[in-house]
Amino acid sequence: MAESAPARSTKSTRATPLLARPEFQRVFYPSLVAVLLIGLWQWWVTAFDIPRFLVPSPLLVAQTLVADAGLLFGALFTTLKITVFAFVCATVLGVLIAFAFVQSRVIETALFPYAVLLQVTPIVAIAPLIIIWVKNPTASLVICATLVALFPIIANTTLGLRSVNPGLMSYFKLNRASRLQLLWRLRIPSALPYFFGGLRISSGLALIGAVVAEFVAGTGGTGTGLAYQILQSGYQLNIPRMFAALLLITVTGVLLFAAMAWLSKLALGSWHESEANHG
Amino acid sequence: MNEVPAVEVLSVEKTYPNGTHALQPVNLTVQEGEFVTLLGPSGCGKSTLLKMVAGLLPPSNGRLLLWRKPVEQIESTGHRLSFVFQEPTLMPWARVQSNVRLPLDLAGVPASEAGPRVRDALAMVGLDKFAGALPRELSGGMQMRVSIARGLVTQPTLLLMDEPFGALDEITRNKLDSDLLDLWSAKKLTVIFVTHSIYEAVYLSTRVVVMAARPGRLVEEVQIDEPYPRGPEFRVSTAFSRYAKQLQDSLLRASGTQAEGALS
Repeated sequence: MAESAPARSTKSTRATPLLARPEFQRVFYPSLVAVLLIGLWQWWVTAFDIPRFLVPSPLLVAQTLVADAGLLFGALFTTLKITVFAFVCATVLGVLIAFAFVQSRVIETALFPYAVLLQVTPIVAIAPLIIIWVKNPTASLVICATLVALFPIIANTTLGLRSVNPGLMSYFKLNRASRLQLLWRLRIPSALPYFFGGLRISSGLALIGAVVAEFVAGTGGTGTGLAYQILQSGYQLNIPRMFAALLLITVTGVLLFAAMAWLSKLALGSWHESEANHG
Repeated sequence: MNEVPAVEVLSVEKTYPNGTHALQPVNLTVQEGEFVTLLGPSGCGKSTLLKMVAGLLPPSNGRLLLWRKPVEQIESTGHRLSFVFQEPTLMPWARVQSNVRLPLDLAGVPASEAGPRVRDALAMVGLDKFAGALPRELSGGMQMRVSIARGLVTQPTLLLMDEPFGALDEITRNKLDSDLLDLWSAKKLTVIFVTHSIYEAVYLSTRVVVMAARPGRLVEEVQIDEPYPRGPEFRVSTAFSRYAKQLQDSLLRASGTQAEGALS
């Protein structure tokens, strides 16, 4: 690492021990907390002899994850499919709506309240309707998850497209830039940091939306997703499997967030303050 | 003088929609090749006047002509204007060369022609080694140089500069001032420069237009009859101090009449 680092950071990296490096700390400290918590959990369950149908030990959860791998990862794939599909739909729709909003104040004024309405209506309340109305179970789940994930993309992208440096705007106008040039060369690049912020929020929401919709659809015969597995395990008092499924959902959410953070860094890393980690 | 003046400001007045009287009727003529500085305190309407010359703001009254044509028709006169803002106003996501090339891209200049022109413009401001850098990697002074290179790349004949070096430290500012004078004489530019620094005004200008605030108005014009090139020794000469004193007195006289109002 020290060999490939640029000259100005070489000295500091060489001089500081591993533990003092921020990039190491970012991994080390959270991992330490995880190990401590899991250890404590394992000890507590064993020491007090907690029955497995109340709280399974971490070891048992891990064993269940391996034993039920086929079932659980199949379910994960189903949920992930809905999540990704919904996330893509939300991104495309959200960006299109944001563009429409920016093109005309009338469109925005007329429609923005409905975007808010969409956001504040709890998905649990409208999911049953959507599941009744839409025949195809996968499609109905995707619609629910899309509705949940849509708003941050609309709000952030709209804000971003409007957050153009006024000086640059004047400069473009002075040079008689066309509407298209303004959009392409100024508004879109200016909006990118906001857009990626929206993506990060929405990726998590798409997963939540997918899980909630699966819950509502429930045993109604639609799903084989993770939420369905959690419900089933609950009925059967198979608590270790429930924990294993929960673990998979959580890990998926974290990975999605990390993927979006990575994408954002890739796109903005070189120029935007939010991604630049040195002065 | 029978040549066509570069800029004519004819009874131009500006009142903002909120009722602020930014500028009382103003008359000003700038000949080709002049370096005219608008000097005055904040709120005297100097930036407003410059923006109206550039066509960035419409005047409430009066007419503005560039080579006897309204600003929208400047192309038909064979002249071009560039505007340099108070801030560098660079695109943070674009490298230096792309920032400088922006006006050419917007005008649809082909890449084969734009490339050499960008290189020339960067060389003029001494930044040819930084073509691939991002704005955030440069100091404030260097960013301002990029902004000036972007102004020069269109090969303007009229350069309008709105307090371009106001945010820089004095040493950098002095350096850029003298570089600007070199460019002005090498390119035979006409420059209208806005500043609130008396010393910058004396050092740069062929003529200084003193303005006053509340309401914004022209007070006096002072011809700076000193030969170019003006080296650093000019800054410490008696002639320099004499001009500075004259401008300072003029500013004080103008504000003295309304000193109470100026405090509010």
